Amino acid sequence: RVGHDLAPEQQATNRNSVLKIINCEIRFLTGYICRSFTRSSALLTRTHINYGVRGDVAVIRINSPNSKVNTLSQELHSEFMEVMNEVWSSSQIRSAVLISTKPGCFIAGADLNMLNSCTTSQEVTQISQEAQKMFEKLEKSTKPVVAAINGSCLGGGLELAISCQYRIATKDKKTVLGSPEVLLGILPGAGATQRLPKMVGIPAAFDMMLTGRGIRADRAKKMGLVDQLVEPLGPGVKPPEERTIEYLEEVAITFAKGLADKKITPKRDKGLVEKLTSYALSIPFVRQQIYKKVEEKVRKQTKGLYPAPLKIIDVSLYPILQHLSCFFPLSRTFGELAMTKESKALMGLYRGQTQCKKNKFGAPQKEVKQLAVLGAGLMGAGIAQVSVDKGLQTILKDTTLPALGRGQQQVFKGLNDKVKKKTLTSFERDAMFSNLIGQLDYRGFEKADMVIEAVFEDLNLKHRVLKEAEAVIPDHCVFASNTSALPIGEIATVSKRPEKVIGMHYFSPVDKMQLLEIITTEKTSKDTTASAVDVGLRQGKVIIVVKDGPGFYTTRCLTPMMSEVIRILQEGVGPKKLDSLTTSFGFPVGAATLVDEVGVDVAKHVAENLGKEFGERFAGGSLEMLQQMISKGFLGRKSGKGFYIYQEGVKNKNLNSDMDSILASLKMPSQPDVSSDEDIQYRLVTRFVNEAILCLQEGVLATPTEGDIGAVFGLGFPPCLGGPFHFVDLYGAQKIVDRLRKYEAAYGKQFTPCQLLVDHANNPNKKFYQ
Amino acid sequence: MAPHSSTLAWKIPWTEEPDFRMISLLTYTLKNLPNTSKWALRFCMRPLSSSSQLQAAAASQTKSKKTLAKPNIRNIVVVDGVRTPFLLSGTSYKDLMPHDLARAALSGLLHRTSVPKDVVDYIIFGTVIQEVKTSNVAREAALGAGFSDKTPAHTVTMACISSNQAMTTAVGLIASGQCDVVVAGGVELMSDIPIRHSRKMRKMMLDLNKAKTLAQRLSIISKFRLNFLSPELPAVSEFSTSETMGHSADRLAAAFAISREEQDEYALRSHSLAKKAQDEGLLSDVVPFKVPGRDTVTQDNGIRPSSLDQMAKLKPAFIKPYGTVTAANSSFLTDGASAVLIMAEEKALAMGYKPKAYLRDFMYVSQDPKDQLLLGPTYATPKVLEKAGLTMNDIDVFEFHEAFSGQILANLKAMDSDWFAQNYMGRKAKVGLPPLEKFNNWGGSLSLGHPFGATGCRLVMAAANRLRKEGGQYGLVAACAAGGQGHAMIVEAYPK
Repeated sequence: RVGHDLAPEQQATNRNSVLKIINCEIRFLTGYICRSFTRSSALLTRTHINYGVRGDVAVIRINSPNSKVNTLSQELHSEFMEVMNEVWSSSQIRSAVLISTKPGCFIAGADLNMLNSCTTSQEVTQISQEAQKMFEKLEKSTKPVVAAINGSCLGGGLELAISCQYRIATKDKKTVLGSPEVLLGILPGAGATQRLPKMVGIPAAFDMMLTGRGIRADRAKKMGLVDQLVEPLGPGVKPPEERTIEYLEEVAITFAKGLADKKITPKRDKGLVEKLTSYALSIPFVRQQIYKKVEEKVRKQTKGLYPAPLKIIDVSLYPILQHLSCFFPLSRTFGELAMTKESKALMGLYRGQTQCKKNKFGAPQKEVKQLAVLGAGLMGAGIAQVSVDKGLQTILKDTTLPALGRGQQQVFKGLNDKVKKKTLTSFERDAMFSNLIGQLDYRGFEKADMVIEAVFEDLNLKHRVLKEAEAVIPDHCVFASNTSALPIGEIATVSKRPEKVIGMHYFSPVDKMQLLEIITTEKTSKDTTASAVDVGLRQGKVIIVVKDGPGFYTTRCLTPMMSEVIRILQEGVGPKKLDSLTTSFGFPVGAATLVDEVGVDVAKHVAENLGKEFGERFAGGSLEMLQQMISKGFLGRKSGKGFYIYQEGVKNKNLNSDMDSILASLKMPSQPDVSSDEDIQYRLVTRFVNEAILCLQEGVLATPTEGDIGAVFGLGFPPCLGGPFHFVDLYGAQKIVDRLRKYEAAYGKQFTPCQLLVDHANNPNKKFYQ
Repeated sequence: MAPHSSTLAWKIPWTEEPDFRMISLLTYTLKNLPNTSKWALRFCMRPLSSSSQLQAAAASQTKSKKTLAKPNIRNIVVVDGVRTPFLLSGTSYKDLMPHDLARAALSGLLHRTSVPKDVVDYIIFGTVIQEVKTSNVAREAALGAGFSDKTPAHTVTMACISSNQAMTTAVGLIASGQCDVVVAGGVELMSDIPIRHSRKMRKMMLDLNKAKTLAQRLSIISKFRLNFLSPELPAVSEFSTSETMGHSADRLAAAFAISREEQDEYALRSHSLAKKAQDEGLLSDVVPFKVPGRDTVTQDNGIRPSSLDQMAKLKPAFIKPYGTVTAANSSFLTDGASAVLIMAEEKALAMGYKPKAYLRDFMYVSQDPKDQLLLGPTYATPKVLEKAGLTMNDIDVFEFHEAFSGQILANLKAMDSDWFAQNYMGRKAKVGLPPLEKFNNWGGSLSLGHPFGATGCRLVMAAANRLRKEGGQYGLVAACAAGGQGHAMIVEAYPK
């Protein structure tokens, strides 16, 4: 199931919660026996569903054992069917409530393990059909069924909910409704493609299904996705979460009864705009035009790399289904999508992301309560922002008042933007902002549990602040360095306590980029690592932990690719063409634009340093190009000019024509047999992939999973390929080695495939993911 | 602060059209909720404050402490207190300004106590929604009521416990020897509230004021947009959480699993007891008020004992359509003012007064303004009892502010819960339940009305008058307030 490989301590807590659940069930049982009839024999055999009757309302409670979430597994499916058949056949029961007693989760979706264990598309098709049959029966139920939703209601969970006659959701932050299938490269296979447009209108349904965006309860109410909201409760005579679920159930029962008595109708009043839209969409011509528009837009955005969104549009065109037979084409498409490389890559990323959201180093001895950030620049302020909004007390220190003020303003703006988007109230913003203390001195550092320095990338400066900080911080305090390339071991050389020094490489902009790369030296203690991972997780990051070395993992993978970028530019491929080649391969940002974004000076600094370390493997383009750009002040976006010209408020960026002379002066002949569009793409990607695999070979990376997560979440490696390691597994190591050999013959050693990759090519059974 | 502030448009609670569909649903829920009947029975079977006199007299024999007087600290007494009749907003007081009402209370107090005006050292009033023209309403009212212009006055605000704050400020001034005689009171006029221009409009008007040339003025005026004219109302919701108080009360009732039926029953109790007290002439703190241009108002007009059936017909007012808080089981928007005369005991005796009660230990508390907004009494009660060295059994008279039936019942359930005490109050065991036969026996805010700034003085006078009437010794006053704050105070009967 979704993220079930739990650490031992989590299993322990799970056992506890299972015990609690059993207790609850016993209590519920006794309640029912007193109150009304019950079928205890059936109850005892069921593990996912517990069901009882209140008056004439059946209350069906879902709670899958040994799991943090409920997923639509085969067992749950069959138990649900069994229970519903009892409900339908019982003369005493007139309506039903469907609720989860698991905190924070209604049903999180289909059981991914179930999907992954299928080896043929037919098996997947079968699963989809079973689910559709069940939901169709549910939809046609003459006894109204109310879905009482608390927590995540995603994918198959949402499809189940929208097959019910009525939906009541708690207005909790954890209550999210959505169809995230597209993010896994599949489509909603159990009816959402047909029912959602009917329920919320075509535009909103497409928005949900094509973006996978989660909808919060209050918005869902406005859209007509849920019929009633229930406010989460505070403390009473039992824990708030427990009572809230009970209350939700009580409210749902009154509505179920009202529906059965026909005192409530499930129909919703639609606004004028909504009525007009749905009228317009009922005209076939208009509808087709809209589908066409949406399809065009999706094609443009996915560049043909992701089959799922287009298929979603396709199957939505099927008529609203009356017969089971109509479901077949939909199920077949679902089955086919589940077998695609893209889907396997995306599902792999999902699993990897789940793994990288856990602390495999265990809980730190001392939880960080007081954080201090040195340097209020873009990175420092970003780190402060993602800390204070999680309730971490944070000192932000800089050396001058204007620099500090700029950083404080950045934090405030970051929080205030959320107020504007209504994800925070102004009061919550103020409370969060009060966790930030801006200062110019080291006052209060004696109470810090962790210091993260984010000063300029200059070893001497880093040494200075480390020494200054160590003079005041307590013994247990962790010193973390935010750097993209300076080896942590070198920074730690001046430390009195190198076991407490660690690297925390954040990505810019910190509040948007999910990745955190944590770098451990040979001297870094396990507890220091545990502490850094713990802080990172609290900041909401996806974390990879790598060994120290020049460029660590992420920067090291990117640099040879950047070297190739320069080479390709020197060979006369223009920045625009290069950008389009890289984005059409699946990178979110074009290669030339990426240099501008990173900053030409930073790129050169890194390339120089790593070039020294790694020699000819990082050869390719001439650093002279970057040097000349720097001397002309073309530092990229931050200076307004790089390969492109950046102007405030101008959307379409133009090429910087002053670059022409630089490019001309460094021009190199291209070799036609390795310069086709496809070759250019593969020259870039294979160098990236080769370096990533070398990192695993050398032990910089501990697992391929971290390599994939780091590449996709930190560097924008095409998600449809699943990261370098998934890419090798799915595309075939041999093909990549062949490519590399071809380019090696043309250019030299920078393309020599590493041993681990060659091993994989020589043995087709060898996979990074088994 | 305002229980009903989100429903300013309300008229008389039970005149609303019943919605039969929802009621049947609700009654269904109620019948199926566990624990419903326990409370209901207690309310129904409880005799209406008849035998309490005897019980109280008996209890006073076995107090933990004979008196709460403390060595080396001045005894502080309430000589007497009055209030204007509390009226539903929009009725006879609707053309007045807040200081007019406050003036009526002050004049009433002067009349009742015959205190020489120049003896009063200080005047403090509580208020919540401030009239911008009289932001220090205490001073404006005092001048208008004929107090000496040499008597300073200030205004305090602390939501529904504003006049409690006025009284305890007076206690502080007297205990520290700064004053001997202080008038404390409170006022609220919900018939009129300050509705402002929008911030954009105000900014434009202020800029216009500063503009020197015609060109500047024109350029400012050119920025005018029609939406500048949309008005700004006083906050109807908790600032920190954006939740209205009625909404929070409904959630609180749900959190404690309090049914609609229980709430309606409690509200009916409040109205019935208030009616009885009114009919028997027990509400002696009320002074008649001749409203200019209207008839003399002599009594509260919000007391309306109804029937459970009638009350059950109302739709939920906040959480629609299935909530449990309705107009009938909430306190209503009220206009009114109150005032008490507080003195150092020796001063009162020297002036020949026979005081009504001592003001003893008091306590302010605060907690989470979202989920525990109205639980102040639960937190304040045990603290003030412990501070005074008393137990629940020592208290003869309980006067709790009734913002909502659900709020009172939630507080009672919280005080009766070990789980709540252990998990939220850091106590080993529950606070304990105030016996209902000693609880708000002459009605409460639900029935008498709740002018936010004036309720505290009413609670103290109700406690003092009940102690005299019923022969008890200790009274406990408690109230919740917006912002998640609360207050409790011990009132000790002055020996006869």
